[in-house]
Amino acid sequence: MHVPDGFLDAPTSVATGVVAAGVVGLALTKARNELDDRTAPMAGLVAAFVFAAQMINFPVGAGTSGHLLGGALAAVLVGPWTGVLCISVVLLVQGLFMADGGITALGTNITLMGVVGVATGWLVFAGVRAVLPKKLGSIAPAAAVGALLSVPVAATVFTLLFAIGGQAPVETGKVFTAMVGWHLLIGVGEAVVTFLVVGSVVAARPDLVHGARGLLAGRELEIRKVAA
Amino acid sequence: MGAGHGHRLHFHGHSPVHRAPAHLKLLALLAFVLVVVATPREWYAAYAGYLAVLLGVVALSRVPFGYLAKRMVVEVPFVVFALLVPFVATGPRTEVLGLTVSEPGLLAAWGLLAKGTLGVLASLTMAATTEPTAVLAGLQRLRMPELLVQIMGFMIRYLDVVTAEMGRMMVSMRSRGCEPRSPRHWPALARSLGALFIRSYERGERVHLAMVSRGYTGKLPSLEEQA
Repeated sequence: MHVPDGFLDAPTSVATGVVAAGVVGLALTKARNELDDRTAPMAGLVAAFVFAAQMINFPVGAGTSGHLLGGALAAVLVGPWTGVLCISVVLLVQGLFMADGGITALGTNITLMGVVGVATGWLVFAGVRAVLPKKLGSIAPAAAVGALLSVPVAATVFTLLFAIGGQAPVETGKVFTAMVGWHLLIGVGEAVVTFLVVGSVVAARPDLVHGARGLLAGRELEIRKVAA
Repeated sequence: MGAGHGHRLHFHGHSPVHRAPAHLKLLALLAFVLVVVATPREWYAAYAGYLAVLLGVVALSRVPFGYLAKRMVVEVPFVVFALLVPFVATGPRTEVLGLTVSEPGLLAAWGLLAKGTLGVLASLTMAATTEPTAVLAGLQRLRMPELLVQIMGFMIRYLDVVTAEMGRMMVSMRSRGCEPRSPRHWPALARSLGALFIRSYERGERVHLAMVSRGYTGKLPSLEEQA
């Protein structure tokens, strides 16, 4: 999943690096609105959670497996800006400490999974949530649609980058078909897992789900009478 | 893709590579890999030179080569892709070992493999010779935003706590006849992940409160003095 060194040429890697640095810089200021001075410990712990969740592989077919990317999941649970920070930090740690994803491709990986993945996941989620009835039960389906689309959209952006700076003479059409077809499958797995995880958190602690904030404000304390 | 992420890479030692300041090692790693990526793939001699330099650094660091080689499995999914390139690439065809493959594709596959492998080996050497706290201090010296360094620090600090917690959940699921990998048991797996999220989040809240009660104002004491 992680783009390694040498897959895209140097100019494309540097350009995506600049994009990634810009968005992460913006996210650093915006995340303070979502989490105030709790940002550092909370984002750090959520990043550790995303990392742990990514360790679970699920079979995709043909003997291979995929794992959760978690972009849409993080965006719905902790908010889009904190989500960008969490996924970016996960990718940084994987690149610097585990050699997973190239050092020069860090910008590309952050742009694809941290920025495009989280942004698509969040925007689609917000759009679907606006259409569905305003109740807690709508959160998990909306998150699932966001997760379903975030993966193939990130794959499409990868195909675009590959068409610009790819280091292999493969037709863009073929890359597109292979990447998007494959990632639609991964997207389905991502959607199912996101749906179930968000659903379980909404059931247990709806107050923690960032995407459900507007819905909880309207609930008031009700005092019920015990039946005699 | 298929490989697990959880190995601890650091190899304890006192070689010159271990002792070198982390920020210099980070810069050297980035410069080295950028040069490798920018080198045209037809310059075969240059790649031999890069490999020699890298192997020299590995030898100097006295990290056993087998230690690094075992951890190069993170590259496997990508190697599979690189090996497919000659078959799907465009351009004139040529015969290799009785198979018809694309000539430019063959060259591209060589380039991808050479650059990818050098990149992975260089990153592994960096990770094996540098303590996580030293890397953080190095990033701070390189002016990475304070908040980002802090988030990374917390993630690294609690990574083992959270993954161990998940490991215990998986063990208890398996001991109850549930196979987390199978889609049939995804609902159970997802509820565990939901619980893991709530536990991680609440742990974050407790950590924050504990820090505030010890005088946390949004800045941590400098990592450089500790490293």
